[in-house]
Amino acid sequence: MKIKIFLVFIIVFFLTVFFVLYKGLQNSNIYTPDTSQKKDIPFFKTKIFYSEKMISSEEIFKNDKFYLLNIWASWCVPCRDEHAFLLNLSDSSDLELIGLNYKDKSENAKKFLRELGDPYDFILSDKDGTISIEWGAYGVPESFLIYNKKVVKKIIGPITSKSFLELKKVIK
Amino acid sequence: MKKISYLIIIIFILSLNLSSAKDDDLQNKITKNLRCLICQGQSIYDSDSDFAISLKFLVKKKLDEGQNEQQIYDYFKDKYGDWILYDPEFNKNTYFLWLLPILMFLIGGAIIFKIFILRKN
Amino acid sequence: MASLIGFYSLIFGLFSSSVIIFLSILNFRNTNSFDKKILTFTSLQLFFVIVSFLGLIFSFINSDFSNETVYNHSHTTKPIFYKISGTWGNHEGSLLLWLLVLTLFIFVFLIKSKEQSKQYRILTLLFQQVIIIGFFIFLIKTSNPFNYIFPVPKEGLGLNPILQDPALAIHPPILYLGYVGSSIIFSSTLAATSLNYISKKWAAHIKIWVLISWIFLTLGILLGSIWAYYELGWGGFWFWDPVENVSLMPWLALTTLLHCILILEKKLLFTSWVIILSISTFTLSMCGTFLVRSGILNSVHTFANDPERGLYILIFLFCLIFLSLFIFFFLHKSQDNKDYNFFWLSKETSILINNWFMMYFLSVVLIGTMYPIFLEVITTEKISVGPPFYNKLIIPFLIPFLFAMAIGPKLKWIKSNLQDKMNLIILLIISFLLSLLIIKNTNLNFLLNTILVTSGFYLFFITLRDFFIKGFNKLSQNLAHFGFSLFILSILLNNIFSSEIITNLKIGEKFQKDNIEINFEGVKKKSINNYDTIIGKFKIIDFNGSEEVLEPELRIYNQPNIVTSEADIKTDLFTDKFMTMNLVQNEDYFNIRYQVKPFMIWIWLSVLLISLGGLLSLLNRRNEN
Repeated sequence: MKIKIFLVFIIVFFLTVFFVLYKGLQNSNIYTPDTSQKKDIPFFKTKIFYSEKMISSEEIFKNDKFYLLNIWASWCVPCRDEHAFLLNLSDSSDLELIGLNYKDKSENAKKFLRELGDPYDFILSDKDGTISIEWGAYGVPESFLIYNKKVVKKIIGPITSKSFLELKKVIK
Repeated sequence: MKKISYLIIIIFILSLNLSSAKDDDLQNKITKNLRCLICQGQSIYDSDSDFAISLKFLVKKKLDEGQNEQQIYDYFKDKYGDWILYDPEFNKNTYFLWLLPILMFLIGGAIIFKIFILRKN
Repeated sequence: MASLIGFYSLIFGLFSSSVIIFLSILNFRNTNSFDKKILTFTSLQLFFVIVSFLGLIFSFINSDFSNETVYNHSHTTKPIFYKISGTWGNHEGSLLLWLLVLTLFIFVFLIKSKEQSKQYRILTLLFQQVIIIGFFIFLIKTSNPFNYIFPVPKEGLGLNPILQDPALAIHPPILYLGYVGSSIIFSSTLAATSLNYISKKWAAHIKIWVLISWIFLTLGILLGSIWAYYELGWGGFWFWDPVENVSLMPWLALTTLLHCILILEKKLLFTSWVIILSISTFTLSMCGTFLVRSGILNSVHTFANDPERGLYILIFLFCLIFLSLFIFFFLHKSQDNKDYNFFWLSKETSILINNWFMMYFLSVVLIGTMYPIFLEVITTEKISVGPPFYNKLIIPFLIPFLFAMAIGPKLKWIKSNLQDKMNLIILLIISFLLSLLIIKNTNLNFLLNTILVTSGFYLFFITLRDFFIKGFNKLSQNLAHFGFSLFILSILLNNIFSSEIITNLKIGEKFQKDNIEINFEGVKKKSINNYDTIIGKFKIIDFNGSEEVLEPELRIYNQPNIVTSEADIKTDLFTDKFMTMNLVQNEDYFNIRYQVKPFMIWIWLSVLLISLGGLLSLLNRRNEN
């Protein structure tokens, strides 16, 4: 009797393990950031890209307005792909586009903007990559849609036509 | 036997508080406990990726600002979640992780003990 | 052409399996003698798999890019040695190697087990064929190494440069010999259990296989560690990475099994436990294959990930588990020697205590590796389990384990011999004083480290002393245990005395810390076959009088285009000086790491000693027979 209970227990145990591993196969094994939470924006201070002056986050982000913070770099290839979308977004008046230039040489970045156009209303520089970490980013490009000092939407990787439409919808 | 188990518990507790004095060592220790998110199974300490370099820099900055180890871990946990910590914290998600091996050890001990008692009678 | 032959060989090999199974079932009941035809077909099957494997090697040597595996993992400019080793440096080829070893081992098993009963041999063969068929189907269905691509590409994608390395070229075959050796143990244990065949004689016979797989597994893990040490470039040799853990788990189970088999052989005790261990060793090997090949875990050594493959191995693995459970619960009758009286202070006790700790270590590694998967499935939260977890749970338990290992084999004497008791205590005091001296000048946690190092030294002295007392008697056991003590001691001292300097330097600059000055004297560039290299020249001046030139490299491989950093290591008897340099994006300086790592070579040597102990034991048995 005792052995039967034990056997049933073992079989149930292994079946559970099987089921869990089966489910586990479908999960991704790399870091996937949590995009559902609406987090407060971080406080930071950094240099303005064109003027070398310091500015703090409080001076940039005001209430009742949409901001799109876009982390980019001239050496980042996918950034080129999303550039067209950014240029398109810059036409819309409800949205202020803020670029965060990530670990870049200033000449290269300026050249990049001259070649492809400058969609940003405002550019900040992030020489050592620490501001991006404040935002919880882990690569370039990443974009954050901000409203009332909260991150309403987070886009990992380049903006695609799908996420572009979603952005448009949220802003409207 | 009892004394030995006390000793084990004491040593175990002591080992949890292993801490070293030097700042450099502390920085290495912290970066060894942080996972490089864009790498495959490397710590920040081991990696030379852009992300890792920024993180190393930030850890150093925070240490210079006078933050302690736990504050730094909390900061990164807040930004990136538990996944970034190689040393899982003891909380409701990890009770089993920490206690199951110890439980296995105790069960093993009990089985061996039982063998002797049963055999003797 | 070679691919085509290889593929059809595989099909024939699978076909042989069905013939073997048919003949075996026929032979199992009908006649008294072993049917020679079975052996013929087993050798035929081996032949087909060898042909298939050679076919793949030829495709690699000829750079036949119409073969998808070759296209994905080779390149014309690659040196011939790495073209060949590239055969098993990828998922498909390495599985073919698995299959090769599987068929080779069952063939050798049949030849070498003539004195065993016919039924036992046939049943072992049958179980092994189940595994072999599983792998055949897995290979052909999900990871065919002979897929044809058209149009034929002109050039291959190349082998990941960090795999182009001599140690890693022989690491998989050696490791697989260990993993797959455990399949023979698995099959024969199931066969012996079903037939009630477990006996002292059986133990003596299976012990050879345990030893063989144990030696290969030990050496395989060693090679992997050495590779990680100099190639992954950050001076560690064990990272508690999931893929490393999955090779450690079968090793722990196998080591435990090895100790239990000894008792089984002499006293016919622990039969059920031996069965469980045999089954779990192979199950853990398979489980490792699942974890590595399915990509379910995030690891530094990943293979191509494919959930379909994972699913197949998972189902196969659980079929084997349930088959074993069935046999164990319904067919197993305990044959333990019931009359045997346990005595507290006996060899059996010490083996039991060894088992106890080994199982604990195994459970730590197992739980640490699997837990994140379970947590994510159940709560969708992701956590990482890394080195600090393993250190915290393993190191404190290492202390009683080492003491038990030191005193265990002496338990009988303690009771009888007063003089010896005194000697043991004196050695303990010496070890303690020695560790006190070592730890005193470091800023480490005093109590824990002193006791830890004491236990290490204690085991070291006691096993060292045994060489003098026992001489050639039990030399194999002594050697293995001595090797283990040396291993632990080297790791401890290595951890305590390692120092490192990490800094950014431009050419011509120097950096000074403590007593060491690093001069970055210059770089030279070279172009070799399939890579360009930048070699840095660093002069290290130690103010205690020594001077050393180290030349780490940065290699820029052309196919695939990957930059690797090659460490320069100067090894002598007591310390390794280890240096790497790395490029930093958008900057004109290099990131330099200089490490002084004492006793590194003793870590490798001690593992060799451990396996040598196993080898001696194997040779001893040969002589006895």
